[in-house]
Amino acid sequence: MTANAIIELRKVGKWYNSYHALRDVSITIGKGEKVVVCGPSGSGKSTMIRCINRLEAHQTGHIIVDGIELTDDVKAVEKIRRKVGMVFQNFNLFPHLTVLQNLTLAPIWVRGMAKSEIEEIAMMYLKRVRIPDQAHKFPGQLSGGQQQRVAIARALCMRPEIMLFDEPTSALDPEMVKEVLDVMTELAGEGMTMVCVTHEMGFARQVADSIVFMAEGSIIESGSPAEFFENPKSERTRQFLGQILEH
Amino acid sequence: MSKQFPADPAPIPTAPVPPAHWAASYEEEPTQASAPPQANGMTALKPFGWAKDNLFNTPLNTALTLACLFLLWLVVPPMANWLLLNASWSGSSEACREAAGACWSVIVVKHRLIFFGTYPYDEQWRPFLACALFVAMLGASGVRAFWRPWLAVAWALTLVGMGVLMWGGIAGLTYVPNDRWGGLPITLMLSVFSIALAFPLSILLALGRQSSLPAIRTFCIGFIETMRGVPLVSVLFMASVMFPLFLPEGVTVDKLLRALAGMTLFTAAYLAEAVRGGLQAIPKGQYEAADALGLSYWQKTMLIVLPQALRIVIPPIVNQFISAFKDTSLVTIVGLYDLLTAATVATTDPEWRPYFAEVYVFAGLMFWIFCFSMSRYSQWLERLANRYTRR
Repeated sequence: MTANAIIELRKVGKWYNSYHALRDVSITIGKGEKVVVCGPSGSGKSTMIRCINRLEAHQTGHIIVDGIELTDDVKAVEKIRRKVGMVFQNFNLFPHLTVLQNLTLAPIWVRGMAKSEIEEIAMMYLKRVRIPDQAHKFPGQLSGGQQQRVAIARALCMRPEIMLFDEPTSALDPEMVKEVLDVMTELAGEGMTMVCVTHEMGFARQVADSIVFMAEGSIIESGSPAEFFENPKSERTRQFLGQILEH
Repeated sequence: MSKQFPADPAPIPTAPVPPAHWAASYEEEPTQASAPPQANGMTALKPFGWAKDNLFNTPLNTALTLACLFLLWLVVPPMANWLLLNASWSGSSEACREAAGACWSVIVVKHRLIFFGTYPYDEQWRPFLACALFVAMLGASGVRAFWRPWLAVAWALTLVGMGVLMWGGIAGLTYVPNDRWGGLPITLMLSVFSIALAFPLSILLALGRQSSLPAIRTFCIGFIETMRGVPLVSVLFMASVMFPLFLPEGVTVDKLLRALAGMTLFTAAYLAEAVRGGLQAIPKGQYEAADALGLSYWQKTMLIVLPQALRIVIPPIVNQFISAFKDTSLVTIVGLYDLLTAATVATTDPEWRPYFAEVYVFAGLMFWIFCFSMSRYSQWLERLANRYTRR
C-alpha cells in the first residue's frame, strides 16, 4: 500500500493552546482508496482531514501529500490545495456568485483556464450532480442538498486527485442526505481518492475500502468495513458502534 | 413672533373629536396589526377613516395629534411667509429692507461669490464648467450600465480637463493659481478626492488590522486609533502648519494638497473601522472554502471576502462619505475657501450684511442636495446588492 501512497500522516500532533487535538496520528492512504473516518464529536476527525490541505496546521510529525511535504512553505501549500478538493459540512458556497460562477471561479483564477472552456466543463459537472438547470441561480435559492451537490461539483472542477469530505451530510435535512450520498458513491466508483468524515454507516459499509475510528485525538483502530462492523477490536469502538447503530 | 394667534385650535377642520366608544378599538389593535395591510384596504383608501384609526383612536392620541397640529400651525405659516410668500426675489438691498420676508436677492447678487469664491470674476465660467463636468461624471459613475472599463478612461480625461479648466495656463486660458480657487469646486474636489483616496486606503487598513503579520497589524491599529482619537481640525492644523516644518528648506507642498492629505487620512481611519465590521461579518467558512480551492490571499480577498463585506457595510460607509463631505467646511481654518467659507465672505459686504441668514440657508441647501443625493443613491445601491444575495 505504501508504494502508491498519496496521503501519508506520520505521528502528527496538534494542540489548540493546551488542548491536545491530535495525538501521534499516523495513517497511509493509497491512490484511489476510499477512507471513512468516524468517531465521537471532539475526537479530532475533522481536525485530521483539515490538516491534509492545511486549513489547520499541524505542529509535530509529517504530512506528505502526493510526494510533497506540508510545511509553512506557502508554495507547497498552494500546490497541495490544487490537488485536494474539499467539501464542507455547511457547503460554504459563495453567496454573491451564481452556481456557475462558484464552479468556474477557482479554475479561472488558480488554474488560469479560459472562461468558455471551464464553463463547458462546469456544466458537465452540474449535469453529473443532476442540477444543470440551477446554473444561473444564486446558492441562497437552492435547497441544502442542491447546495452540497454544487459544492461537490465546485471541488471537482479543479480536477483534484483527492477529495476530502468533512461531514458532508450532517447539516442536511434527512430527505436530502441520499441525493448527496448518491453523488459521492458515483464519484467513488470512478476511482477518486476519498477521505470522508461521516456518520453515515450505510455509506461507509458500501463504499469504504477502510474505516478509521478516532477518539480523543488518536486513531483507535482501522480496518476494512467487514472487520470494523462485524468484529471491532477495541471496547471503545464497540461502544461507539453500539450507540450509532442502535437507532 | 409678535403676531397674535388664537389660543383655541378649534377651527382646524380635519380634527373632529372622536366619539368615546372609539377608545374601545384600542384593545383590538394587536389583531389589526398582525393582519396584512390589505385587510385594512377600505380605511386605507379613505383619509378620514385612516385618521380616525390612527390619529384619533385614543384620548391620548387625539391630544397628541391636536398638539402636533397646533405646533405645525405655529411654525409652518410664518416659515412659509418668510421663505416664500413675503420674500423679496430680486432687486436692491433697499427692496429687501421693505419686504417682511427673506431677501433672496442677496443670493442673486452674491451667488457667484458663494459658488466660486475669489476665482477671477471674468473667468468663472471655467470653475462652473469644471463643476458641471465633475457632477455629471459623478452621476454617470453611479449608473450600473456605465460600469465598464471606459469609465476609467472617461474619468482620467475628466480630471485632466478639470485641471486645465481650473489652472489654465495653456490653450489660451490665463493661469489661475489654486490659492484663488474657492467655493463649490473646493468643496466638491476636496470631498470627492478625499473619499476616493480614503476608500481604498481604508480597505488596506482594515485588512492590515486583521493581518497575521504583527508589524502590519500594529501599524494599522496605531494609525487608526491615532486618527480617530484626534479632532479633524487638529489633523488639518498638523497638515497645514506643522507638516511644512518637517520638510527640508525650499520644499513646499501645496496647501490644498496638504488639506486633502489630512482629510484623506482622517476619513480613511473612520472608514477602516466600518470596513472591518464587514470583514468580521464574513463567516470563517468562506475563507476556508477559498483556501481549499487554492485561491491566494489577494484572490480570496478581492473575489470572495470584499465583495461580500462591502455590501454589508454600505450604510456605514455612506454615512462616513456624507460626514466627510460636510467636514470639508472645516478646511476654512487652514485658509481654504470652501462653499461655506465663501458664503461667509459674501455676508461681509456691508450692503447685504443683514441678510446672512438667507446666505446660510442657501449654503445649507447646497450641502443638503449633495448629501441627500448620496443617501438616496446608497439606498438604491443596497437594493442592488441585496438582489444578488437574495435568500
